Amino acid sequence: MEATDAAVVSRARAGDSDAFRLLVERHSRSLFRLAFRMTGNQQDAEDVVQESFLRAYRQLGNFDERASFGTWIYRIAANCSLDLVRARKRRNDHTAAPADGEHMEDPLAQLASDNPTPERMALSGEVRQRVAEAMEELSPTERTAFVLRHFEGMRMEEVSRVLDCQPGAAKHSVFRAVQKLRRALDPLVSVAR
Amino acid sequence: MNHLSEEQLILHYYGEEGGDALTVEQHLDECSECRAFYGSLQRVLNVVDTLPVPERSAEYGAQVWQRLERQIRPSRHWGLRMPVWRWAAAGAAFAGLMVTAFVAGHFYHQPTPLPITATDKQSGEKILLVAVADYLERSQTVLIELKDANPKGPLDISDAQALAGDLVSESKLYRQTAAHTGDTTVANVLDDLDRVLSDITHAPSQLTPEQLAEMRQKLESDGILMKIRVLDPKLDPKSGNHEGPEAKTAPGQKL
Repeated sequence: MEATDAAVVSRARAGDSDAFRLLVERHSRSLFRLAFRMTGNQQDAEDVVQESFLRAYRQLGNFDERASFGTWIYRIAANCSLDLVRARKRRNDHTAAPADGEHMEDPLAQLASDNPTPERMALSGEVRQRVAEAMEELSPTERTAFVLRHFEGMRMEEVSRVLDCQPGAAKHSVFRAVQKLRRALDPLVSVAR
Repeated sequence: MNHLSEEQLILHYYGEEGGDALTVEQHLDECSECRAFYGSLQRVLNVVDTLPVPERSAEYGAQVWQRLERQIRPSRHWGLRMPVWRWAAAGAAFAGLMVTAFVAGHFYHQPTPLPITATDKQSGEKILLVAVADYLERSQTVLIELKDANPKGPLDISDAQALAGDLVSESKLYRQTAAHTGDTTVANVLDDLDRVLSDITHAPSQLTPEQLAEMRQKLESDGILMKIRVLDPKLDPKSGNHEGPEAKTAPGQKL
């Protein structure tokens, strides 16, 4: 039977590096998905995964074993992504405006499959470009809140804990994100109907 | 009729409208305007939902670990204790050091032929280098963790203090041996390090952000991490950077 995260974390805290390896192997893929949705960039997402586990390793001594390791590492990854997106935004604020879609990679182009699924077919080039651009227009906090709520299915309470803010503030970040997305994409989906 | 707000509809979409769920459902049944608005909201969010994420293979976790292992191996955190094999290696190095010191002392007053003394000295230095490199690495880990800590409230440094205490206990023999072998650079850095580690062991175990900032500032003004980094590649015979006493820096040094 596979050991629970809690049991593996206990071993890792006692200095068992194989146990920590097991945690990395278990959570890397889901962390990558979160990081990609937040950064919109494959390389950045890879860096976030790496940095998150490094931070987790260093802080493992302070981890409360009663908590869920999965939630904890998610929180670290969300914060790493947030830091990265904020830093990127600051850099961009001080440099020339990027070309359209420069930061957000074309996610479809990165899919390995040669056989387009119905979803891939439905998401036309223009729509996916607009979705990517609309996501880029969100502030780092809005984007984080939206990704955690929409894609990761976290409750507003949990989102607020990750963002380290009041639940009301997290809710408003999600509202603003959805409003911005709706304003940007509604004309497109209305036409597409 | 009062229409539903966009916020209410967003909460409804995510199933977080609390006790209002039924009211919202009833309103949507009755109000075509709100229903149309909710429909457009659903379509937008559904389109966002289909934005794909590149998949990672089942081996991805193992690849992440491979990269990570290289980063964490040189600087083990105090939260994770040093593995048994490293204690064993350090113990063996210590034992070798003691034997060498004894042999060197034994021949010190005797008219021993030069080649034998030179061999003993080189061997003693080599063992010292291995033992001190490990000692410096562990000291560096403690210092970096303190330097990089970024707590929102008080920071519990009791684990770091315990490690620092162990390191202070170990340092005496190293310092004596370095002084005995005439390596003043190593001896001076070890003396400085000993003072810094002693300060850490005598600090409060719960540091306020201000106390932590003060400690961090002291670490920076002492330049102890820089001194260790300058010394570390020189002391590690495995790195291939074993240089003479004049060498100040070496490429590829690690934190």
